[in-house]
Amino acid sequence: MSHLESAALTLGGLDDLARRHSAVHGLDARAKTLAALAFVVTVVSFRKHELSGLLPLALYPVGLIAVGGLPASVLLKRMMLAVPFVLAVGAFNPLLDRAPLVHVGPYAVSGGWVSFASIMVRFALTVMAALVLIATTGFAQVCAALEKLGLPRVFVVQLLFVYRYVFVLVEEAARMVRAHNMRSGGRRRIGLKVFGSFVGQLLLRTLDRADRVYRAMLCRGFDGKVRLADRMEFGLPDGAFVLGCIGFFLLCRFCNLPHALGTAILEVLR
Amino acid sequence: MHMADALISPAVGGTMLAVSAGLGAYSAHRIRASGDEKKVPLMGVMGAFVFAAQMINFSIPGTGSSGHIGGGILLAALLGPYAGFLTIASVLIVQALFFADGGLLALGCNVFNMGFLPCFVAYPLVYNVIAGRAPTRGRLIAGATAGSIVGLLLGALGVVLETTASGITELPFATFVLLMLPIHLAIGVAEGLATAAVVLFVWRARPEVVESAGAQRPIGPVPLRPLLVGLGVVALATAGMLSWFASTHPDGLEWSMFRTSGREKLEARQDGVHASAARVQKTTAVLPDYGFPQKEGVAGEAPATGPAGAEPWPAVSAGTSAAGIIGAAMTLLLVLLAGLALRLRARRQTPPQGDVGGKR
Repeated sequence: MSHLESAALTLGGLDDLARRHSAVHGLDARAKTLAALAFVVTVVSFRKHELSGLLPLALYPVGLIAVGGLPASVLLKRMMLAVPFVLAVGAFNPLLDRAPLVHVGPYAVSGGWVSFASIMVRFALTVMAALVLIATTGFAQVCAALEKLGLPRVFVVQLLFVYRYVFVLVEEAARMVRAHNMRSGGRRRIGLKVFGSFVGQLLLRTLDRADRVYRAMLCRGFDGKVRLADRMEFGLPDGAFVLGCIGFFLLCRFCNLPHALGTAILEVLR
Repeated sequence: MHMADALISPAVGGTMLAVSAGLGAYSAHRIRASGDEKKVPLMGVMGAFVFAAQMINFSIPGTGSSGHIGGGILLAALLGPYAGFLTIASVLIVQALFFADGGLLALGCNVFNMGFLPCFVAYPLVYNVIAGRAPTRGRLIAGATAGSIVGLLLGALGVVLETTASGITELPFATFVLLMLPIHLAIGVAEGLATAAVVLFVWRARPEVVESAGAQRPIGPVPLRPLLVGLGVVALATAGMLSWFASTHPDGLEWSMFRTSGREKLEARQDGVHASAARVQKTTAVLPDYGFPQKEGVAGEAPATGPAGAEPWPAVSAGTSAAGIIGAAMTLLLVLLAGLALRLRARRQTPPQGDVGGKR
């Protein structure tokens, strides 16, 4: 299966997950979007060498995955694909920051390793937050939530159109690539000149398609003003969810819970 | 080149989000004001096209590797800077949400690096100047290649600036720049040639598309005022953010003076012109030594007295580490157990359901 076909499956797959039913799926899209944004801001606001304080925040994605009945392995696999760049940049930290920061028994751990671990934990948390948001809410709902939260309508319509047509165009591109592979005698690489005609053809077909779409809209009464259906209701459970999440994030940010827990355990053991 | 949330700070992320949102609102306003309602479906379908086109890899001649186009210059050349900017922004949002390619908070940075810089800087100042008015084969190739190179280099510079300003990574600015820019120069050349190939094909198949796109927009830079306002906002924000990371250590001159003479500053003469000038300066300085005046009236004191007196940053002691490690391990365990418990409870409440699969 080519890169294109697997991409189309990914897009559809995550949105299919959003069509399931659970306590999380029933929450208002605005509540979930706000909670996800607050989560990302909280994670990112930790300082460079803070590591243990980040860990309790993992309860947010883990909890949503558990209650939403989402397949954790699918989301984890998605996350792994985005790792390389962050790993490459973060790997410089242990090399450049060698001053010892923490002592584990007889070993001294440098600040660089702590900040590297912090970067990887941040990465995991923020990426899972984004994936869980789409897997429990669905792209169209997130767009509607963003419009209610202030995004310009032209842009929301743009997002919805992209999402609607990306399946069509990715399939068309996949067909072209497959046809090329079958006719190229085993040579699967596309040269520069062929690429020009490939993408150029796709572009011309896209322009024609856009023309047909526009005329279809005119036939159905499009007058330049876009209207979006308003079916969202923000109720008490949604408000409770947002406030509860933000309260939990603030607690994790300003009290280092693992440290307190560890101190308590040590006290008990003595 | 997509930035992840793991490497930015809230200050940088929030600022760039605000900047990109402002640019997006301005572009949306310009598109609405132009009254070209056909742009609405066109931008949407072109966004899907860029998404699909980014997945078609071409082999780069001379090397064994393959590349793909970003699309910024291509979109700006065909749709204009405002529509091109919004289209790239929409593609980046879809990539961030579905493919975890770029973080949520980092969207502002990514939209700026890969949308604003190609569409509002590289396109009008490079591509349009070279190939906008009277496109010929040579000019299209030169304009697309130069525009892509400039756009990618500026974008890479943006990534480096935003990452180092966040302070999460240890990479110093110079090293990071030396790593990123040559790679993106090579990528820019490849993308430029690929963009040129596409534009040439379209120009030969349907020349009116390329020519009308060039004729619609004024040749030369876009109206300067919005560009200047945007750059001014970025400059203010950057200055504000970077000042937080101003070092508490003395600067080079003070440091060398301290090493040679044991004092960081020359002692001022108590009489004469110097003293009067110093008195005037003391009364007029609103922010002595770049900080707010001390309450005790000792304005003008340096915050650090020398390398030995620098504030400890960060402050960690050995006693806290044991508690921290034990607590961290327990926390992870508790989180996993909580997850399992919630999953069991949810499964008992709703019956297991099959996937809503099927072909689209």
